Order: sequence, then structure tokens, then C-alpha cells
Amino acid sequence: MDQGRIRNFCIIAHIDHGKSTLADRIIESTGLLTSREMQAQVLDNMDLERERGITIKSQAVRTVYKAKDGNEYIFNLIDTPGHVDFNYEVSRSLAACDGAILVVDAAQGIEAQTLANVYLALDHDLDVFPVINKIDLPSAEPDRVVNEIEDVIGIEAQDAPRISAKNGIGIDEVLEQIVKKIPAPKGDPGKPLKALIFDSLYDSYKGAIAFVRLMDGRVTKGTPIKMMATGATAEVVEVGYFGAGQFIPCEELSAGMVGYITASIKNVRDTAVGDTITDASRPCEKALPGYKKVLSMVYCGMYPADGAKYPDLRDALEKLQLNDASLNYEPETSVALGFGFRCGFLGLLHLEVVQERLEREYNLDLVTTAPSVIYKVHKLNGDVIDLTNPTNLPDPSEIDYMEEPIVDAEIMVTKDFVGPIMELCQERRGRYVSMEYMEETRALLKYELPLNEIIYDFFDALKSRSRGYASFDYEMKGYEKSDLVKLDILINKEEVDALSFIVHAESAYDRGRRMCERLKDEIPRHLFEIPIQAAIGSKIIARETVKAMRKDVLAKCYGGDITRKKKLLEKQKEGKKRMRQIGNVEIPQKAFMSVLKLDEDK
Amino acid sequence: MKPLGIYVHIPFCVRKCDYCDFLSMPVGNEGMDDYIYALLCEIKGYAGKFNCVGDRYGLSSIYIGGGTPSLLSADSVSMITDCIRRQFAYAYGKDVEITMEANPGTVSPDSLKSYRECGINRLSIGLQSVNDDELRTLGRIHDAEAFFKAFDAAKKAGFDNINVDIMTALPGQTLDSLENTLKAVTDLSCTHISAYSLILEEGTPFYKRYAGTDGLPGEEKEREMYHFTVSYLKEHGYKRYEISNFSLPGYESRHNSAYWKRNDYLGFGLGASSLVDNTRYKNTVNMCDYLKHPLSRDLFEENISLSERDRMAEHMFLGLRLSEGVSEEEFGKEFEKEIDEIYGRELSRLVTEGLLLRDGGRIRLTEKGVDYGNYVFSRFL
Repeated sequence: MDQGRIRNFCIIAHIDHGKSTLADRIIESTGLLTSREMQAQVLDNMDLERERGITIKSQAVRTVYKAKDGNEYIFNLIDTPGHVDFNYEVSRSLAACDGAILVVDAAQGIEAQTLANVYLALDHDLDVFPVINKIDLPSAEPDRVVNEIEDVIGIEAQDAPRISAKNGIGIDEVLEQIVKKIPAPKGDPGKPLKALIFDSLYDSYKGAIAFVRLMDGRVTKGTPIKMMATGATAEVVEVGYFGAGQFIPCEELSAGMVGYITASIKNVRDTAVGDTITDASRPCEKALPGYKKVLSMVYCGMYPADGAKYPDLRDALEKLQLNDASLNYEPETSVALGFGFRCGFLGLLHLEVVQERLEREYNLDLVTTAPSVIYKVHKLNGDVIDLTNPTNLPDPSEIDYMEEPIVDAEIMVTKDFVGPIMELCQERRGRYVSMEYMEETRALLKYELPLNEIIYDFFDALKSRSRGYASFDYEMKGYEKSDLVKLDILINKEEVDALSFIVHAESAYDRGRRMCERLKDEIPRHLFEIPIQAAIGSKIIARETVKAMRKDVLAKCYGGDITRKKKLLEKQKEGKKRMRQIGNVEIPQKAFMSVLKLDEDK
Repeated sequence: MKPLGIYVHIPFCVRKCDYCDFLSMPVGNEGMDDYIYALLCEIKGYAGKFNCVGDRYGLSSIYIGGGTPSLLSADSVSMITDCIRRQFAYAYGKDVEITMEANPGTVSPDSLKSYRECGINRLSIGLQSVNDDELRTLGRIHDAEAFFKAFDAAKKAGFDNINVDIMTALPGQTLDSLENTLKAVTDLSCTHISAYSLILEEGTPFYKRYAGTDGLPGEEKEREMYHFTVSYLKEHGYKRYEISNFSLPGYESRHNSAYWKRNDYLGFGLGASSLVDNTRYKNTVNMCDYLKHPLSRDLFEENISLSERDRMAEHMFLGLRLSEGVSEEEFGKEFEKEIDEIYGRELSRLVTEGLLLRDGGRIRLTEKGVDYGNYVFSRFL
């Protein structure tokens, strides 16, 4: 394939500005699929993604476009995830492209994420051309938006296609501009193989499938390959490209092409995103830049609701990990919850995604403990412990001091919400760094924030206090000494290890009190009174009481309809199944998670 | 000979009460005859529909419930009772308890007399309360006076076994007004009293009106009323033989007891439930379907063959509703397993919690256990 006829690009946009819809239209218009075959959003094929409206795993699709110049062009459209948890994956996807389409909403104009994404794309030397979407909206102001793009971003926008992806208006122009404005790849097929892994997937038949962009060289079946960062080697079994939702094998991939490689690799960890694949017998000199080993930032315990399902959970995690190299886990036990796993995630969204997949795809009922970050515990004897589970905190008498992870956070927000957002950052122990006005109405706030203050509900709080206008990004900064304590929760006088967490001493009282309140609402009444207490060491700092239940009886007869009666009892019993027995108190599973969302009831 | 009960459902009312979620619809001039026709059809063809032959049973009770069966003419009632008598000729003994439910607002001395002549020997009158305000709140179609007249007429018509339904935990009800109702009913020396607590059922006007409000007596009050009812009736010679049912000695409802004892029963009519040879059936609740195909097995709303575990659970949670409780020996006989082998852990836990009492080879709810009945019952599922 002539590289001049290839266009590798992605679409970047603020959330809801129509990225997925435009992707659908491009795929549709290039004739790869008929309208009837189109699911609403072809690129987002995981159920979960569709519901959340965000793209979690990047994917790619290859289509063929016959341009007005009479030539056929290969379009490789690479989709990028849209959440800060997956920032690294985004950057690798961008690195696989030569250009980007910037979608801007004709009514809303440039939003925080638009800018963040553009800068990210420019960082990767991508050629960006804008598209004004949603011109069919009554509130559309395409002229204003064009000027805004030129003023704020500084890219030419006068000839930006004005389209409605939803109604299929202006798509032809977009296709033509892809040909004209996105540069063709410029690799050298003669050089040694150099391919960037921008995603990978596990298939039970093919093993790990690496999604690659070939920078130089060529690869065919039988090529011995080497992953330069992980050092894994294998022999290529199959190469091919991406149809819509399917893999289409081909003879050879060469420089400039986007496609996949399978090589009977048993583990996606060996095909790490960002790694460079080269020819083992004729390796390239240097790996591509930018590879990072992905580190877990957030940890939590995951337990099967039914203890007997422990092996099922283990199998499910094993399978998930095949596909998700950033998930890691190891077995742990809890007095309250029995056998389970301590799992590490990129962030809270990643955690929630994994949790939902386990419940949905593997039909598991889970109890999840409070997420925790990694604390560094410096002991008096000089040892330093990486603490991922609050329960393992050594006795305070052995501790010299503790450190917690701090992040550099950037929040972009319209000026009306600067006040509330600054207030939020202060509440979360943030340290103000700077504020710059990007333009008259938009400010970029920089804060240093403790990671443990943002892993629970910071994102939600941010959205609610800025009416959805703020966008947020963070990067690990390092560790800092901090005055931290372990807060324990006692239910009916028994300590529930799964509810313990580490918190800054200053917020301990407040948090303890709110946890007790929340638990009081979550724990159903029993035959007896249940005290709920929060404690630091042996000192009780908050208390609530779940009053005893007065009655639980159904006096009605329902004729001879015993089944109806039984169903009511079964419902009651079913409710109990979703509970964990701790001492003689039954605690609903959701209580373990809901205590984290303490900001909601404010 | 196994005892058998027969239930006949009449799903028509003058108007639906505001708290009621039973299967019933407002009566029209037409439709009732079609319904009776379908009902007779079903009774005639029961053997095929329910896979059951009447000969091996001894008929113990018939219960015509609703809805408001007293909307039926005496002719219709006698068609039903005659039809049952013919179809179950071999099972029919001399002593069959035949109950019909009656709404005080729909009966007259004449109609009651003719019901009695059809063979109805037990009447169940839906009173709920003698306080007219409470009756209005409930959306009942009668007042207290209508009840007294109806009761008197029933006595005169020859009914000497009469149940009165009353309700507790009504909006605005007080212990005093409850006492008035209890007094009025016991003064009449009715033989049987069913006292149900009002339950808010989704989809009823009551639910809309009261759900999430404090317009209804709270749990504490409800229990107080229940305990008051139990002790008041006890003082007046009525024994509680089931959580909500009270009677003078020897007047326990045979039909209702059959439900708790898991005897077989056949239910005829729209949405009626049956238990035959450990299979539970429920007829369709769709009137058009029922009228067209009263004998169809495909239209069963429910057709569940009970496993041994189901039967054991039912044995427990139904048996424990009765004051006599569950006999360990009978359990052993029916299931050929010791009760402790199956429920030992649950039983000892519930005994420790003070909810069950075990003595003399029987297991019963304690007073506290009655208050937490569902909690106890759900342990056996």
C-alpha cells in the first residue's frame, strides 16, 4: 500500500460535542457499513461505555474512502478514551496518529476539555483541523465559534466544515479535508520494524492482540518479534487490520499502516501499551519514546458477597487482567468480609468500571471496601512500608511519620465558578499554586492536592459545583509528610476492618461523624439496638444508633395465594443475602461503598 | 381420605375500596352471567384442568370469596353450589363448611334467607369498623348501621356461624375507636373474628394518599392495637388460633386452616389459587382469557411443582402462623426426616432470640415471635 493513500487520525472533542456521532458518520459514509448495520455508536461497543457515554478502551477502525480526486484512501480512525484516568492511553493513541479532527460544538464553543485535548494533540505533533458540529441547533453560532477557535487555539478555522453529525450534514466535506489536511505517514518500509502498541486486547483463541501503528519496516506471519520494553519475544501468527468490530487478516503490515499483530502471546502484560515492537532478528536501534509503566494509584478490597464465590472472583479477575494490563490484584483476607483481593487501579473511574464488569459480565456480587491510595509509613526502626490496606497500618507506637501522595491538579473552569471551585480545593486540603486566565471567561487553576482527597468523589463534587463546566486533570507529584490517622468503625461494638480508612487528622471528626450518619441510614433495623461508632485508636469520636425494629409481620391472608406470600418472604430473604453478617449484625453490601460518597448529601 | 377445600372467586364489587388490591372489578350488568357460565364450565372440567380426581378426597369446605360474592343472585349462588355438589358427589359428606363473604351494603333479609337455602352455612361479613368516619376513609360502601341490620338479618335467616372482618391500624383510628368496634362485634356473639392490620399496597388509592406520610398509625401504635385486640378478644372468650384469626371454641374456620395446614384445595374463578398434589396453580388474572378458556392449562398464571425443600419451607412458615404451631412428629412423618436435621440451626437461633418456643414436641411463635413473624418465616426459606 502506498503510504500517500493512508490517513491515520483521531477525533478530539469536549465531552458531548459529538465525537462518537461523527465517527459513526465517517464509518457510514465510507461505505463500510450500511445504515441498517450501524448500531447507534459503532466505536463504543462495550455496553458500559454506551451507558456512561464515555469511551473506555481505545479502538481503531479502517475504512476505505473514494475521494473526489478519484483515488481510494485508507482511513484509520483511532478512538481515544476520554477520561483523566486513562490519560496515558490517550497519549499513546495520539502518538499512533498523524493528525486529528477537532470537533467543536457550534453552540457551546470551546470548552475546557477541547483545549486540553488540542494541546495534547499538538504536543504529539499532530496536524489538527477543526470541524464545527451541531449547526442544526437553534442556538448555533458557527461564526462566533470559528473566531473563538482562531483566537484561543490559534489554528486556521475559516474553512472548517460546518456540519451536523447527527443529521449527516456536511460529512462529505469532512472526508475531503481528512484527505487534504491530515498528512500521509512518512515511514520507511525498508528500515527495521518499529511499531507502536497503542492498545491490546486478549482473545481466548488468539492470545494477546497488539494494536499497532507501524512507524518503519514491515511485519508478516512468521516474523520473529520482540517487545522492547518488556523484553518478551514471539513469532507472529497473524497480522491484519480493523474492520468495524472485527479483525480482518492480511498478508503484511508495512510502514504507515495501522493494524494488529497476534503471536500466541499469553498475557497482555507482554504487549504493554506504549511499548515498541521490533523485528527480533533485525531490531531497530531505539524504541519509540514515551513508554511508561502504568502504576496503580488507587487500591481497594474486593470480596465476593457469597464467600463460596471466591474462586469465581479469582477467575474473573484473571480474565479481566488478560485484557486490562493496568489492573493488578493480590489475595487478602478481612475479618469482616473473609477471603478477597486487594486490587489496584488507575483511578476511581477505572475501579468502578472493573467493578461493574465483574458484576455484569461475570455475574458476581461484590463487596468493595473504601478505596485507598498508597501511603508511605516510616517506622521508627527505619523501615518504610507501602501501605495499600489501612488494616495493615502498624501500631502507632512503631510509626515515626507517614507520607501521602500529592498530585499536581489542573482545573479549567469558567470564571463564574472560580470561587466555588477554589473553595472545594481548600476543603480538600489543596495548596493553591496559580491561576491564569486563558481568555476573558476561562481560567486555569493549579493546585496541589492530596490524592486521597480526590479519589472518592472529587470529580462529582467538581461537576456539581461548576454545573458541569469544570474539567480536571492531574499528575503524580510525589510524596509529602502528613498528619494522618486511621479511622475505625465499630458496629455493635465490633470493629469492622473493611470500613477502616486513613484520613487526615483534621478531617477525621467530620468524616467519622458523617460515616456514622450514613451507616445509620444504610443498616436496616434489627431486633435489637445497634450502636455505630467511629474511633481513632481507642477514642470514640462519633456515635449513632440504629433503633430496634418494632415489628415485621404480615397479617394478611391473600386467599389461598401462598405463592404471593412466599414471594414476599423470599424478597426479604433475598435482601438478607445481599448483606454481610458481622457479629450478629447484617450490613448491606452497598453500605461499604456508599459511605464513600459523603459529599452527596450536602 | 384426604380433606379438600374449594375456593370460588367472585371478582366483582360495587366499587373497589381504597385500600384493596385484591382482584376485583366494578360490577356491570353484563359480564356477571358470562362469568358464572365460565365458572361452571371450570368446575365441570376441573379434573382435566387440575389433574385431579375428586373421589379420593373428602370435601371439607367451600369458600365463596371476592370481591363481593353477595352481589350474586341466589340463583347464581345455588348454580355454583349445586354444580360443586354434583361434580364432587363422591367427596361430598354431610358436614361441609360452606362460607360466603358478604358486604353489609349489598344484602337484604330476603337475599340472606335465600343464600342460606342454597346451603351456605357460614357467613363472613366485611365490617372493618363501627366508626363511620373510618368506614368512609376506607371507601367502604356501607355504614355501621347497615352492618348491624345485616348481622341481625343473617341471624334471622338462620346463620349461626358468622365471621366478622375488622381492621386495625386505620388512618385516624385510636385504641378507643378500636375498642368500640371490638365491643360491638363481641356483643353480637359472632363465632369468628378476623382482625387484619391495614397494609399499604402499591397501586391502591391508599398508597398514593398515605405512602411516605405519617397519616397512618406507626409501627408502635399498630402493635399496640394488635396486642390490645388479642387481649380484648381473649377476655371475651375468643381464642387466637392464627395470627389474625380468632374464634369461639370449635368455630375455627376450616377453610382458612386448610391453607395453613397445606391441605389440597381447588380454586375456581379469575386469579384463584389451588394446591393439588404439591403443585401450586394460579388461574389467569385476565378476564377475557378466563371467559374464553376457563379450562386452559396454558393460561395458568402460575403452575409450580413444589420441591421437597419448598414443601418443608411452606410447612414451617404456614404452620407457624397457627397458634398450635408445628408438630415435630408430623414434620418427621411427612418428610421422613427429623426437623432438626433440616432446620436445627435456624430453630435454635430463633429460640435463642426469643422468637420461637419448643416444648411438648411442638414449635410455636412466642408473643415476640408473632411481632416478628416475617423475620421468623423467612428463616425457613
